[in-house]
Amino acid sequence: MLLVYIDHFGGKPPVAAWEALGAGSLFVTGSDLKAVVMGSGVEALAGEAIAHGAHSVLLADDDRLKEFRPEVYADGLSQIIRQSGADIVLFPTTSRARELAALVAVDLDTGITPDAIQLVRQNGAIVATRPIYAGKLLTTEVNLARRPQLLTVRGRSFPAPDSDPTRSGEIARIELGLAQPRTEVLGYKQSGGGVSLSDAAIIVSGGRGVANNPALHPPPELTNEKEQEIWRAREGFKLVGELAGVLGAAVGASRAAVDAGYIPYAHQVGQTGKVVSPDLYIACGISGAIQHLAGMRTAKTIVAINKDADAPIFKLARFGVVGDLHQILPALTSALRQRLGK
Amino acid sequence: MKIVVCVKQTPDTAATLTVVGGVASWGDAPLVLNPWDEYAVEQALRTKEAHGGSVTAMSLGPQAAKESLKQALAMGCDEAILISDPALERADSLLASAALAAAIKRIDAPDIVFFGKAAVDTDTEVTGPQVARRLGWPSLNLVAAISELDPAAKTITVERLLEEGRQLVRSPLPAVVSVVKEINEPRYPSFMGIRKASKAEIPIWSASDIGLQPVPEPALTWPEVIAPVRAEQSCEFVSGETPQQQAAALVERLIEEKLI
Ligand SMILES: Cc1cc2nc3c(=O)[nH]c(=O)nc-3n(C[C@H](O)[C@H](O)[C@H](O)COP(=O)(O)OP(=O)(O)OC[C@H]3O[C@@H](n4cnc5c(N)ncnc54)[C@H](O)[C@@H]3O)c2cc1C
Repeated sequence: MLLVYIDHFGGKPPVAAWEALGAGSLFVTGSDLKAVVMGSGVEALAGEAIAHGAHSVLLADDDRLKEFRPEVYADGLSQIIRQSGADIVLFPTTSRARELAALVAVDLDTGITPDAIQLVRQNGAIVATRPIYAGKLLTTEVNLARRPQLLTVRGRSFPAPDSDPTRSGEIARIELGLAQPRTEVLGYKQSGGGVSLSDAAIIVSGGRGVANNPALHPPPELTNEKEQEIWRAREGFKLVGELAGVLGAAVGASRAAVDAGYIPYAHQVGQTGKVVSPDLYIACGISGAIQHLAGMRTAKTIVAINKDADAPIFKLARFGVVGDLHQILPALTSALRQRLGK
Repeated sequence: MKIVVCVKQTPDTAATLTVVGGVASWGDAPLVLNPWDEYAVEQALRTKEAHGGSVTAMSLGPQAAKESLKQALAMGCDEAILISDPALERADSLLASAALAAAIKRIDAPDIVFFGKAAVDTDTEVTGPQVARRLGWPSLNLVAAISELDPAAKTITVERLLEEGRQLVRSPLPAVVSVVKEINEPRYPSFMGIRKASKAEIPIWSASDIGLQPVPEPALTWPEVIAPVRAEQSCEFVSGETPQQQAAALVERLIEEKLI
């Protein structure tokens, strides 16, 4: 039996949660696609899971699950998996669900395959393909002897099923025995987080070149060179942001831009940042260092804007624009506004 | 405070990876201290500098992983331990976390164990949390800042970097803390540190030394390692006399190819 864990934040699921359900539907016959929803006041989410194709939902709706605390969720999910007798449990690759799967693997003494991009069934076991060495290589990975098999699936690797509110299915409530939580969630700060690069279909990224606009004169009170550079970079990132705005895209960055203080770390793409695979990736003023490429090489189409025609990024790009991004980006934004009627 | 930091040796991130004889090969590229672990070592050292105590660096790996432990010593760690055993060579995260947790239990009353978010070779991001689970301690994952640490009250407050923002969490100690890059700027090893590290004796603990006998079978196997083929991409440079013309040409092509 196959279970899909529906990740969410305050009742709101990322698209990746439905993609995991879509991945699960590839391996069930008949009406055996079961979803697990855990949280507090999340009955509506259980209904959404049915609408997205789950045939039934195991619902743990409990005040003690109001905040996501990995150790408490793991206690609950391990009980649910044991009771259900599931032999495959799929999770989306989100920060929460990946950690949860890791903890549950210890409880159930089984393997955890994170970040699968492809799944096939062979001789009764799921063989997953996952990137290693930041996607420079792929490996197949299989758990032959232990059950359940726990896997998280990478965002944008499996199609999300459409929602059909007319679908119906059983919602079974589950009571959990939960130990007193030891950690306490004090709250959230928005700054520095809140960037959903992994879900984005289009990403516009800026690199060190974003600060390179000598024609732009910083306000006179900024006398220090570093402050002037950061001011220029922020002006440059406004151009990146405006282009992202017309395209409905997320904003990414190279590590050089992050390290120089142009933009927070949450935007960093690459080996020590986020690994992304959007449909379209537009790299502006990014040279294309191997560690940056590691984070975006699986984008379906790459566009590079760079003033150096020999920049390595062009080797991976489908389309290239050689020029100064400070001139190209505003022109591109206004051309798009016209063409897309925005 | 008794502080432990777990580190791994990995190929340099600039290495070109190929498949040789069915396994990953990085040719003659250097092996380095896993870049994420530099942040973990730095945070361990800062914790000691602020609150006193000692830092033990611990690694699971082949004999050659001593080099990475030496780098941790050169940065300022007080001692290092290598867990090395042929039976642990093909460890998956389930087995690696069992070995690390068993070794940590042999250290007298640690207060905190640091990990980097991930190792740049296997990219699993699960070892730190799994060690926490095995020890029965809270797992504080993806930590971008430590806002409070009170060794007397044995509490810690951290900021975790989640997709939706920064989550503030208070936890009792001992705990496992896995850090992301934003948390600090790792120091370079000092000259004195390098000299000290080069002379250091690093004890090796076998599976039986840490009480992992018999060594459990790993749950996972890796039947095939594949070098992905990316169709040779020839870049189409859009032409135009002015930025406006270039931009217009690019927009046309993106629309033609149904990319926007
Ligand atoms: C362990 C390790 C991990 C790393 N992890 C990452 C990672 O996760 N992500 C990452 O990105 N990097 C990472 N790096 C860093 C990486 O090696 C590069 O240093 C970095 O990606 C360079 O960023 P950049 O392309 O913005 O800057 P540069 O390499 O300086 O390139 C700037 C580019 O902008 C162009 N340019 C300049 N001015 C303009 C202009 N006005 N208009 C148009 N183009 C212009 C230049 O021609 C150049 O190509 C890592 C490095 C190490 C050692």
